[in-house]
Amino acid sequence: MQIRNANKAGEKIELQMTPMIDIVFQLLVFFIMTFKIVSMEGDFNIRMPAAAPQAAPPEQMEFPPMNLYLSADAEGTLTGIQLNESQPTSFQALNQEIQKLVGTDSGPGARESAEIEIGFDYDLRYEFVIGAVTAVSGTKTTTGDVVKLIEKIRFNTPEAPEAPEAQ
Amino acid sequence: MKIVKKHDSGILEGDLTPMIDMTFQLIAFFMVLINFTQSESNDKVQLPDSELAKPPETVLENYRIIHLGKDGTAVMGTKEENYKGLRTTLDLQYRQIQFSGEEPADTTIVIRAHKDAKGGMVQELIQICQEAGFESFALRAEENVNNGFKYISPVPGG
Repeated sequence: MQIRNANKAGEKIELQMTPMIDIVFQLLVFFIMTFKIVSMEGDFNIRMPAAAPQAAPPEQMEFPPMNLYLSADAEGTLTGIQLNESQPTSFQALNQEIQKLVGTDSGPGARESAEIEIGFDYDLRYEFVIGAVTAVSGTKTTTGDVVKLIEKIRFNTPEAPEAPEAQ
Repeated sequence: MKIVKKHDSGILEGDLTPMIDMTFQLIAFFMVLINFTQSESNDKVQLPDSELAKPPETVLENYRIIHLGKDGTAVMGTKEENYKGLRTTLDLQYRQIQFSGEEPADTTIVIRAHKDAKGGMVQELIQICQEAGFESFALRAEENVNNGFKYISPVPGG
């Protein structure tokens, strides 16, 4: 019996590229359309139980209690910073003030006990609140490392916005 | 002079290999960069930036996200309402967390507030969450690629 070889020598087998290219381009269009550049996000953690625990006796506290108040104008722009008795003129100055109080060389264990209460005018824009939280919670070294300062941050009780004066 | 006309009966084929190479590289690029955490963002919210806002090293296990727009609109899950009316939704979330065997006090409420929202609104929102039984909060901010404090001085000459 003679067996015939179906494939003739020298015959080229060609793959159909068209469906693959179709799908590949559809995938490409999908990824391009859904692509969105999103910047990285981070959190500032605050723990605020409804009934605040009583502060430790002063002799047990490593650092004195700190109060920060941010004032704002009617448009919500920051107009002043008050940290205990001092009035830093910028968030950078506030950060330096906190570094003086808490000390970057006091070790992480000591800094853990530092606590700050932040208050601000009702209208103050949230970006300034985050600016203040950034200034008190840490500092960045020239090498880009973050040195933590105050980790226990609390907000004070909100004050109702001032009612507009009757004409 | 006799001009011989060339007859080419074969099919002319372009070389597709470089194009397919490039296309696959582009697909690989977009696949690697695709962000699956889009559900955490909201069009109403433009986060404030901070130089210390770094992505957390450990992923939050139990958390709920509240988006707060600058007009006071709060979005939690699929519900959108003014932040002052969020108590019912929070109570429901509290019961759901309890039902699933988790501790509501250990659940972090992630607040994604618009940078121009009033600070007092954020304070009130935290108070509403506290009243509902939540204790742990995370204020979300966008990473600031430029070093240094954005706000220089509130006092002229300061």
